[in-house]
Amino acid sequence: MSDTPFIEIRHAAKSFGALEVLKDINLTVERGQIVAIIGPSGSGKSTLLRAINELDPLTSGEVWLEGVQINRSLPHRQYEKHVNQVRQDIGMVFQHFNLFPHLSVRDNITLAPKMLKGMSSADANKLAEQQLAHVGLSDKIDVFPSRLSGGQKQRVAIARALAMKPKVMLFDEATSALDPELVEEVNLVMKKLAEEHMTMIIVTHEMDFAASVCDRVLFMDRGVVVEEGPPGVIFQNPKEERTKNFLRKHLSR
Amino acid sequence: MGLDFTVVPGYFDMLLIGMVWTIAITIGAGLLSFFGGIIFAVIALYGHWVIRLPFRLFAWLFMGTPLLLQLFLIYFGLIQIGIDLPAFVAGVIGLGLHFAVYNSELIQASILSVDKGQYEGARTLGLSRGQTLRRIVIPQAVQAVVPPMGNNMIALLKDSALVSVIGVAELTLSAQQAISRTYRPFEFYLAAAACYYVINLCLEAVLRRLERRIAAQR
Amino acid sequence: MLRVYPFFLQAALVTVQLSVLTCLLGLACGAVGASMRLSRLAPLRWIAAAYVSLFRGTPALIQVFILYFGGPQIGINLDAFTAGTIALGVNIGAYMTETIRGAILSVDRGQTEAARTLGMSKWQTMRKVILPQAARMMIRPLGVNINALIKGTALLAPISVIELTQTAQRFIGSTYKPFEMFLMAGVLYMIFIYIVGQGINWLDRRARIS
Repeated sequence: MSDTPFIEIRHAAKSFGALEVLKDINLTVERGQIVAIIGPSGSGKSTLLRAINELDPLTSGEVWLEGVQINRSLPHRQYEKHVNQVRQDIGMVFQHFNLFPHLSVRDNITLAPKMLKGMSSADANKLAEQQLAHVGLSDKIDVFPSRLSGGQKQRVAIARALAMKPKVMLFDEATSALDPELVEEVNLVMKKLAEEHMTMIIVTHEMDFAASVCDRVLFMDRGVVVEEGPPGVIFQNPKEERTKNFLRKHLSR
Repeated sequence: MGLDFTVVPGYFDMLLIGMVWTIAITIGAGLLSFFGGIIFAVIALYGHWVIRLPFRLFAWLFMGTPLLLQLFLIYFGLIQIGIDLPAFVAGVIGLGLHFAVYNSELIQASILSVDKGQYEGARTLGLSRGQTLRRIVIPQAVQAVVPPMGNNMIALLKDSALVSVIGVAELTLSAQQAISRTYRPFEFYLAAAACYYVINLCLEAVLRRLERRIAAQR
Repeated sequence: MLRVYPFFLQAALVTVQLSVLTCLLGLACGAVGASMRLSRLAPLRWIAAAYVSLFRGTPALIQVFILYFGGPQIGINLDAFTAGTIALGVNIGAYMTETIRGAILSVDRGQTEAARTLGMSKWQTMRKVILPQAARMMIRPLGVNINALIKGTALLAPISVIELTQTAQRFIGSTYKPFEMFLMAGVLYMIFIYIVGQGINWLDRRARIS
């Protein structure tokens, strides 16, 4: 077990027609590692993240989680089953929350555990209470999503993903749709997860956050990983010209 | 001949029984049109073309022809092929299918307008396509069209008068029976109209409460 | 089978006549109803509101029966065709009242304010500014009303107006071929509705261009 990497992406490539959005990307992530992916819009960073749980399947290449290939080519029915299974182990948080508006906060969180893991209502309720306490929203359990602020919605979305006890959490620009004053509450929750050694892959354009929380930073541009390293190196001492240009624009703000 | 409304109270019980049947037909056909509408919408959007094509034709026929004609077809037509439905059942099926087709059109459009993020959110949690459709997409799509489906329900209540023509003993036919004994059509049809109006007001009140409850969540 | 064709064509003609007359009466009732609904005089508003509520709140079939069967009791003796047309026209007029009113109300308030600040009277504002804009917006919803009224003419079958549905019903009884009769009448209805629908689309497109 210990010699197979926790998450491994091999020769990942994806194209839409003639447009190559990902070109031969290789990445391994160890258990408990926190990786930030930064880069200009259109660099392919979200596409890479969404390839990990097969939301945007790769054109070629492999994605592995704990020795299991995620993007296996299988007959349709088996593929669906397989993907639904592995997605239970991969939590994902979206820019626009994607909470279910017709369900209360409680039901948003308990839906998948009850439905997919056969959890009893009592256990699922307890789980929802724990997860909400974790993100500091215990008092909102019976509220509908429309009554929450953006920051609260995102914290519920994180709690919903955590309730599936995922092995890894993917964050796709989790704070970029939020009003500036609401960003911090979400960042705090993510920091807390980092302290608990949750494996996380974070697509973000918040350089300060990436610098303070992450173990590794990947800079992507035009479908390739231009440079990667510890945040100290990438932010203070980037080697590549493209990285320097990008950081100059984004750190000066 | 003049009008004499004093004859009406003598037939109060007859009208009341008719009213109960009218309500029963409306509820039965209403439920059929609701669930039928969802099923039809799913067939129309996701069905194999072998099912989808004849269904399209069926929907097209049902929306382009009068309900009364459809009731005749179901009641008399099915007898021809050996299915002798009681008038009540034929009436409920006819009304229910007719409005199911209209509800289906609403639900189809509503399903298509559900945000793509909802599918992603559900699929990311590990829900299958079917589970996502059943638990996430369809409930939202249906909630969004409760007001226009409510209007269809009100139209259904009024159109339930048509099943009197195939001999279902509901409110309109009750009035006709009273008329055949008293020869006072004006009084009894007016009384029936008043009964329909009252049921209609109640139905509208129920629908408004439902709409408010849903709006409170959104 | 061949012998039924002339009867169906004859009946289709009756359905067309009924539809046209009902539509004209409905539009007249709708126009009067809508202007009353928007009147400054409260009693006029109440009368129009009651008209809409009562005629939309009860089955059209009952309204037809009241006029046709009940009319003689209060001195109104009409043949089935006339009674049916009037009842259906007044009924659809209640729906058209709401359609027309809705279209007028959907014209932006700023339009009225702008016209009034220019010194136009209320009536001038309505005629020159509001109605031309509202007219465009009511074509489609009135089309929905007209579609409904065409199918609604079938309600005159029970009072023995020899229109399409009545004819189909009659021949179902005598030929024992319900599906064929249904299809025959159905296809004729759909052709008529299709033609009317095309006409409404054409009107709508023209209104949008100008």
